[in-house]
Amino acid sequence: MAAHAAVSARFDDVHTVLGAVRSLREQGHEDVTLYGPVMEPELEDALAKPRSPVRRYALIGGIMGGISGFALTIWSSYYYPLVVGGKPLSSIPAYVVIGFEMTILFAGISALIGMLIHNRMPTAKLDPHFDPSFTEDTFGLRVVCSSERSGSVELLLRSAGSREVNVER
Amino acid sequence: MASAAPPRESRFAKVNSDIIGALWGPDWRYTSMMTLLGAVIGWAFFALLWQIKFGMGTAGINNPVMWGVYITNFVFWVGIAHSGTLISAILYLLRSGWRTTINRAAEAMTIFAVMTAGLFPLIHLGRIWYFYFLAPYPNQRMLWPNFRSPLIWDFFAISTYFAISLLFWYAGLIPDMAAVRDRLGKMSGRMARLKQKIYGALSLGWQGSDSQWKHYRRAYLYLAAIATPLVLSVHSVVSWDFAMALVPGWHSTVFAPYFVAGAIFSGIAMVITLAVPFRWALGLEDYINEYHFDNMGKLLLLTSLIVGYAYLTEFFMAWISGDGIEQSSFLYRAFGDYTVPFFIMMMCNAVIPLLCFSRKVRRSIAAMFVISILVNLGMWYERFVIIVTGLAHEFEPYAWGVYKPTWVELSITAGSFAWFLFWFMLFAKTLPAISITEVKESIAEGIWSPGDKKEDA
Repeated sequence: MAAHAAVSARFDDVHTVLGAVRSLREQGHEDVTLYGPVMEPELEDALAKPRSPVRRYALIGGIMGGISGFALTIWSSYYYPLVVGGKPLSSIPAYVVIGFEMTILFAGISALIGMLIHNRMPTAKLDPHFDPSFTEDTFGLRVVCSSERSGSVELLLRSAGSREVNVER
Repeated sequence: MASAAPPRESRFAKVNSDIIGALWGPDWRYTSMMTLLGAVIGWAFFALLWQIKFGMGTAGINNPVMWGVYITNFVFWVGIAHSGTLISAILYLLRSGWRTTINRAAEAMTIFAVMTAGLFPLIHLGRIWYFYFLAPYPNQRMLWPNFRSPLIWDFFAISTYFAISLLFWYAGLIPDMAAVRDRLGKMSGRMARLKQKIYGALSLGWQGSDSQWKHYRRAYLYLAAIATPLVLSVHSVVSWDFAMALVPGWHSTVFAPYFVAGAIFSGIAMVITLAVPFRWALGLEDYINEYHFDNMGKLLLLTSLIVGYAYLTEFFMAWISGDGIEQSSFLYRAFGDYTVPFFIMMMCNAVIPLLCFSRKVRRSIAAMFVISILVNLGMWYERFVIIVTGLAHEFEPYAWGVYKPTWVELSITAGSFAWFLFWFMLFAKTLPAISITEVKESIAEGIWSPGDKKEDA
């Protein structure tokens, strides 16, 4: 198996890092991680990572919430039947409000839970490649590639305008 | 660490130092203001204890006016809560550039306003210790709440609103907490280490990697998308507390849109009122400037026009309905025992905000401050007028009555303002009061940068 190397670089500007990511992707590098204080849609597109599954959490949570809202209201009106004026026991139009609110509540909570699960948060241990300046003004790019290619990656990152490039072999 | 410090702070780094730098070191003005607010809250608490000890008779509410200042405050504070989510969620979905610096404060305001609003139904209960009857929970008596009741809808709507607003606000704070954590990492001292631990825990271990951002932005988008119908639903449900009843002056289908517009109107006014001292006290004049006041002024004007139109619609509907009781109720509203509150409401909500048609007024921070305070006053009176005149002049002349708030109610009302401001001031000094991430995003995208007083075309 070929030995691997990790090349990490720092950038000061969102436009230069965008250029670097694009040329890395053009050269076929898959294992690219980017850290930064903001993440523009262009950067996300350039990195071309798979779509976030958080959408499914929100959908499933919302459906569960809607079902539980209606279930609670309808079930409880049959559980303790109080017939008023011969009307049906459960008044669906009145329960729409509860069903709606529960849909929203569950969808929101589950979207957030989905985000936490996929982001591996909460955690007390920060990634060893993380640097405090990444939340301030620095973009950090880390590319894992085969040892032979590390030289060309390093060159690419330098020419893209990186302030600092390190290679770990 | 970077090998050599750059000679001048980068634009991003300046955003961090401006916003996070505003957090530390409260001065004497801050502490004395907090002490004053604490005293007012203490006095209100005494009034509440007085009411609990001697009963609801100490409040001015009577038969027929069994909803008074407490419910007025409830509706007022729920209304204040609405602009936070409007600014953060709806304007986020609309990609509005000017929201970035005020959304954090507006969301915080939402949460504190719901916290204030939530107290009033409990205070109004009298026997406050029975409030848990509202919650559906399995119990030995096999009792469940009446889910057909607008009051139960309201309980669900307000609880959901509080939960979702809190999550939305917190989600927005996560990357900013990490920024505070990392800034504290550069400082020395035991306090800094302790604070770094606290902010680190609050940031949940955020590192800003691309996959984290990806999931985060998705979750934020979904929260915004579901918060949008929620905002519209919450005040609709509050309005149905009234509209579902048969009281003349309340029983109307226009109530839901009318209340939602009123809520956004009052909320924007409160954002403007708070933004003025806030930008000054934290030294963030570059971040919230004429550009933002201009846009908030436009929103204030729009909602004012809707509210003014709704006022006139109500009278028109009463007239065209041919229903003598409805007509009498609206005549009483304008020319009965509550003429002064009615005309305060009309002037402050429907007439004075028309000044915002002028670009010069919208871009004058002093003028906007004054207008916003008048709107807050007017919106408080609007709720008072709707609630009290509706109940004071129902169907039967022998059941008419007049209501006057007592010192207990007024003290608790003053306390609610102090309670709200107390939380807001606590927030302004402990959490990044402007979204660092979103300011950076708008700098990166070239939409707006601090100090820019641009005008929209």
